[in-house]
Amino acid sequence: MTLPMNAPKVSLQSIEKIRELSGENVKVCMQCGTCTSACPMSDEMDFFPRKVMHYSQFGLLQNLENINSYWKCASCHSCTVRCPRGIDIAKVMEALRLLVLRTSTNYIEPSRIPAEKLKEYPGIMMVAGFRKLTS
Amino acid sequence: MKIIYYPGCTLKYKAKNLETSALASLAALGIDVEEMDRWNCCGAVYSLAHDDLIHMVGPARNLVRAKEQGAGKIVTLCSMCYNTLARVNQLMKNDTEKRDTINRFMDEEIDYFGEVEVVHYLTLIKEEVGWQALKEKVRKPLEGLKVASYYGCTLQRPQEVGIEPLGSFTLMKEMFDAIGAETVPFNGADTCCGSYQVICEEAGDNKAAAKVVNSAAAGGADLMATSCPLCEFNLGKQQDELMAKGNISSQVPTLYFTQLLAMALGLDADCYRLELNDPGVRNLLEAKNCLAAV
Repeated sequence: MTLPMNAPKVSLQSIEKIRELSGENVKVCMQCGTCTSACPMSDEMDFFPRKVMHYSQFGLLQNLENINSYWKCASCHSCTVRCPRGIDIAKVMEALRLLVLRTSTNYIEPSRIPAEKLKEYPGIMMVAGFRKLTS
Repeated sequence: MKIIYYPGCTLKYKAKNLETSALASLAALGIDVEEMDRWNCCGAVYSLAHDDLIHMVGPARNLVRAKEQGAGKIVTLCSMCYNTLARVNQLMKNDTEKRDTINRFMDEEIDYFGEVEVVHYLTLIKEEVGWQALKEKVRKPLEGLKVASYYGCTLQRPQEVGIEPLGSFTLMKEMFDAIGAETVPFNGADTCCGSYQVICEEAGDNKAAAKVVNSAAAGGADLMATSCPLCEFNLGKQQDELMAKGNISSQVPTLYFTQLLAMALGLDADCYRLELNDPGVRNLLEAKNCLAAV
């Protein structure tokens, strides 16, 4: 993959920020794509997990704005347990979500969920969903 | 050793059949558990951010309750509660810095150092009863019933809290062997069901769940058994919608493993409450002659 880089786009602080939030060093990713092949949601993602890791490790967070990949991640840890570099990728995805959520931005709007659906949904779905997708 | 039972929110509301069948089975097997007094929400998901300790406080408080109430073990049924409590328990045991911060924050509580063991129901049955003893208590073996054992994510991952090693699905298989049911090969046993993502999807669009159902059908399963109310919703209650959108080709009714356990132990139908499952479950069990009186 060609990765166009230029000074204003690259943010070295973002690599450090991801490390601070997730505890993971994204720079050790060797781009093998095991995460993508393990991911049950990759079919529905704008960028596969491998590409998300690639942009993250080069500090190109701008390229990850407004994509659905880390919102589609269900924290199932399939990637985490398989990563040959030992990166807890689920934690990296969480860090990417938090970078948005901590600006008081919701990914979903709870008040727009239809009442009849709320009646059906099990409690753990709502607790988990609101924790992961709202600020 | 005193065993405390932690139910969690969903077992008191949408998944009463998971609770009632499990508790009646424990009673029939002679295992004494006591529901945790003043339990609170487990948080449903473990916080993955390093600086987010506030979300550890809810689950940690439950662990404190268990210690306070003299428990050696906490048993959970819901897979999400299990995962969250077990991970926070590990944090309280191994990460001294974070543990101290959490203990200091909860200064009205006794300090907690990870003394109580968090176990899942399947582990409890294996350790406290054993498969041979369970087999001897079975009054109605579920002969001819082919089950796909669905573990989902949270009973297996991450490894440090998995109820058994990654990729090994023996606990449910051994339980089903003991109660006379057959387990079928099942590639989707630990494939994510889509989890809470369904909250922002149209019904029937959950492709992750469809993959799991299709895999169970390909293995020749009559039924899928799970221990998670969210999986039961995504895989069981949503099958008509998955079918309507052409994402699955045939249905595999889904229920809780404890319901099959209670049936095999010959317990009253009031405890496994099939009316709370998708109607396909009852139809299938009737066809397989599993519901006849003992």
